[in-house]
Amino acid sequence: MATTTTTLSTFEDALDSLGVDCTRTTVEAFATTLDGIVRDPAVGVPLPFNIEYPESVAVDPTAADLERAATGVTPASLGVANYGSVLLPSTADGTEPVSLYPELHVPVVRASDVVPGLPEAIDHFGEVAGDRAESTIVATGPSATADMGALVLGAHGPETVHVVMLDE
Amino acid sequence: MSNSTDTDDKAAEIRRLMATEGSAIEENTKGFNEKRKQAVTGLENYEELRTRAREIKEDAIDRLPELIEDLRASIEENGGHLYLADDAADANRYVREVVAEENADRVVKSKSMTTEELDVNDALEADGIDVVETDLGEWVVQLADETPSHLIAPAIHRSRESIADLFAETFDPEDPPETADELTGFARERLGELIRDADVGMTGANFVTADTGTMALVTSEGNARKCAVTPDTHIAVAGVEKVVPSTDDLSPFLELLARSGTGQDLTAYVSLLTPPVDSPTLDFDDDETPLSERDSDREFHLVLVDNGRMAMREDDQLRETLYCIRCGQCSNSCANFQHVGGHGFGGETYSGGIGTGWEAGVEGLDTAAEFNDLCTGCSRCVNGCPTKIDIPWINTVVRDRVNRGEAPEGTDFLVEGLTPDEEPGGLDIDKRLFGNFETLAKLGSATAPVSNWLADTAPARWALERVAGVDTRRDLPEFERETLVDWFDRRASTVPDPTREVVLYPDVYTNHVQVERGKAAVRALEALGVSVRVPSVPSSGRAPLSQGMIATAEDHAHDVYGRLAEHIDAGRDVVVIEPSDLAMFDREYERFLPEASVERLQAHSYEIMEYVYGLLENGADAAALRGGDEAVAYHAHCQQRTLGLDAHTVTVLEDLGYDVVTSDVECCGMAGSFGYKSDYYDLSMDVGDDLAEQFTATDTRDREVVASGTSCLEQLDALLSRRPTHPIQLVAPR
Ligand code: SF4
Repeated sequence: MATTTTTLSTFEDALDSLGVDCTRTTVEAFATTLDGIVRDPAVGVPLPFNIEYPESVAVDPTAADLERAATGVTPASLGVANYGSVLLPSTADGTEPVSLYPELHVPVVRASDVVPGLPEAIDHFGEVAGDRAESTIVATGPSATADMGALVLGAHGPETVHVVMLDE
Repeated sequence: MSNSTDTDDKAAEIRRLMATEGSAIEENTKGFNEKRKQAVTGLENYEELRTRAREIKEDAIDRLPELIEDLRASIEENGGHLYLADDAADANRYVREVVAEENADRVVKSKSMTTEELDVNDALEADGIDVVETDLGEWVVQLADETPSHLIAPAIHRSRESIADLFAETFDPEDPPETADELTGFARERLGELIRDADVGMTGANFVTADTGTMALVTSEGNARKCAVTPDTHIAVAGVEKVVPSTDDLSPFLELLARSGTGQDLTAYVSLLTPPVDSPTLDFDDDETPLSERDSDREFHLVLVDNGRMAMREDDQLRETLYCIRCGQCSNSCANFQHVGGHGFGGETYSGGIGTGWEAGVEGLDTAAEFNDLCTGCSRCVNGCPTKIDIPWINTVVRDRVNRGEAPEGTDFLVEGLTPDEEPGGLDIDKRLFGNFETLAKLGSATAPVSNWLADTAPARWALERVAGVDTRRDLPEFERETLVDWFDRRASTVPDPTREVVLYPDVYTNHVQVERGKAAVRALEALGVSVRVPSVPSSGRAPLSQGMIATAEDHAHDVYGRLAEHIDAGRDVVVIEPSDLAMFDREYERFLPEASVERLQAHSYEIMEYVYGLLENGADAAALRGGDEAVAYHAHCQQRTLGLDAHTVTVLEDLGYDVVTSDVECCGMAGSFGYKSDYYDLSMDVGDDLAEQFTATDTRDREVVASGTSCLEQLDALLSRRPTHPIQLVAPR
C-alpha cells in the first residue's frame, strides 16, 4: 500500500486536532523514542514489526500486571488519515485490554499502513473479518464522556493517547 | 380529547418538565444541533452518504428474513449463537437462561435502547442478578430510577449539580465529587470495580453485518469495550433492523452517525467485533500467566429482537422507521424537544420525532398517542436525518391512526356541520376544529365583523377552551369581510404587456385574515410587469394534515391540483405566499398525487419572495419596488427553511437596500394550531421566547420585524410590542 506524504500529514494534523501526540520514529530509534513516551509501569503487546522494546516496557504482561500498568503499548494495524484513527486488532495476546485499561495508550502504527479514509480501512477490515473472523477497534482519540456536565477525557478507557508512527 | 381535566394534567406536566429539566435539555440539545450543522457542512460527500445509507437500509429491510439467515450461518460458523426473539418476554427469557447457565451474580451493561425497550434489567433483577449500567449517563439514570430522556444521551436532562447531589445522596462519600472531572473519576472507579468481577457483559449493537457476523458498536467512553471483553460471556441485544448485508455497508453509517448526533466526526471508539473475539480472558488476580498464554474461551450470544418490527416491515407507512439509526438528530433539532426533552416528548422507551414511529410499532398506538401531538410537522429534522426518513409524515400517519382509533365519548355534535371532512367520528374536537379551518374562515368572513366580536366575547372564549381546547390567552384570527379573491374580482388588472402570467394562490389565511399581504403581493407582482390572477382555489390541506386527517388532506390535494392544472397548462406560474402551503405542494403532495402531476405542480410553483427574486434576476426593474435603508429583523418560516427558500427573501431585501438580521431558531413555537391549544400554550410561548430574545437584543430591538409564515407572524405579534409584517408588504409599492 503506497502511503503518500499528504496522507501522512493529514494523519498528523487530524491527531493534532484530537489532542493526540504523534512521534515519528525509525526501527533503530524505536526503543529510545518509546522510552521517552511511556509512564511507569508500562506493559506492551508483542509487536509484529521488526523492532525491539526498551527495558522500560514489560512485554506480554499478566492480567495483574496490566491492572497495575500506567501505560499500554500495542500495535495498530492501520491508521486512518482524515480522522486520526488507529485500528486496534483484538489479538490473542491482548491488544484490546492493553489498549483499554491503562491511562496512557501508545499505539504503534507503520507509516506505510496509514490509509486516507474510513472506507479504505473498512475494506481492509472486511477482508480479515470474513477470512479470519477478526475483530478490531477503530479508536479515535482518548476515551471521553460528556455525561457529567462537561467534556471529560478518560472515562472508562485511556485518558491520553500517544501515537508512535514507525518508518520501516 | 380536550376535556379540561386532561388538559390541566398535560399542561401541568409540560410546565413541570420545562421548569425542572428544560434548561439542561435546552443547553445540551442546542449544543449538539449547532455542532451537527458544522460537522455536516465540513463533510464534502454528505448528501451522497445519506443517499447511500438510505439505499442500504431500504435493501436490508426488504431482504431482512434472508439476511437474518445469512447472519445466523456466519455467527454459528464463528462459534457464537444467534437467537431470534419474537417479543420482549421471549428475549428476556433467553437472556435469563444464558445468565443462569453461567451462574452469574452480576451482569454489566453498556448503553442499549433495545434493552430498555425489553426491560431486561427488571427481568434479571427479579432473578436476583445484580445488573449494572456502566455508561455514565445510563448509570445516573439507573441510580435515580429514571428513564433515559434522549436516544443517545440518557441523562441529558440532568445538570452537573443534580448529578453531584444524586451521588452524594446515594453513596454519602467522605469527599463528595463536584466537578465534571471528579464525578467522572468517581463513577469510573466504582464502575471499574463492578466490571472487574462481573460474570456476563451485555451490549447493544448499532449495526450487524450478515456476511461476517460482525457487530459495530459506536461508543465513546470505553465501557462497551470493557463489557464485551472483561467477562467471558458476552450477550449482545439488537433489534432485527440492525442487520445490514455486509461490512462494505458500514462506512456510510459510521461517517454519518456521530456527526448527525453530537457533531463529532467519529466517536472515540467504533468496535467492530466478530465474536467470539480472540482477546484473552481476563482474571486480574492472575499474576502468573502472560496474556498470550491465557485461553480465549468465550461465549457469545446475539439476541435479535422482533417485538413488532417484522410487522412494521409489512406496514407501508411505518416501515421507514426501521431505517432509523438512532442518532438523536430529530430530537436535537426539534424546538419542542429542546424545551421539554424525552420525558415529555417520548413514550415508554423512545423519544423525539421518530419516537412516535418506534413506540407505535413496538408498544402500540396508545403510547405513541401520548406524545405524538408534540411533533408540529415543522420539518426542521428532515434534512438532517442520515437515512432521509420523513419523520413528520410518520407522526402524521400515527396521528391519523390515533384519530381513527376509539371514538371517545364526547360532544361531537357541537362542531357537526362546521366540519365537512372525511374523518371518522372519533376525532378529537380540537383536531376537527383546526382541521376544518377553511370552513370556519369562510363563515368568519361572511359574517365579519360580527363573527369577530362574538368570537371574542368571554362566553365564546370559555366555550372554545372547554370544548375545543383553544387557549383563552391567544388572540383569535380576525376575519376580513372582503376576501382577497373578492377584492381582486372587483378590480381591473392593470399590466399592459406582461412579461409573465401568475396565479397567486389564495391560501386560507391570506384570503380571509391577512388579506393585506395578498394585496401587497398583487401590487408587487404587477409593478414588476407580471399579470396576476387570483382565482378561488381550495385550501392546500395543510390544516387537516397537521391534525392527522390524511384522507381530508388528500381530497384537498386533488381539488387544488384540478384547479391549478389548467393555469399551468396555460403557461402561468403559481405563486404562493404561505410557506406551509408551498411545502404541502413540495413534500406531502408527493404522497397524494400521481408523480407526473406533482412534478408539474412543483416545477411551476414558487414562494412569493423566491419569485420576486427570480424576476429581479431576470431583468425586472427593482426600482418598481419599495427600497429603503431601514434595519429589519427577519424570521424565516420553518418549512421554508427546510425547502431552502429563506435565502431568497434575505437577498431581495438586501438588494433593495435593507439592512437584514436573521433569526436562527428552528421554529417560532406557534406551528399552525399548536400554540392555540391549551395543552401546549405554555410550551409554545417558551419556545417563542428564544425568538423574542433574539429580536429584543441590543442590535435588533429597534428593527422592523418581518416574517414569512402566518403562524410566525401571529406568534411574533404575541411576543413583541412591534407589529410584524410579511416581507412582501415591506417591498410592495403602496
Ligand atoms: S429518525 Fe433519522 S434523525 Fe431521527 S434518530 Fe432516527 S436516524 Fe436520527
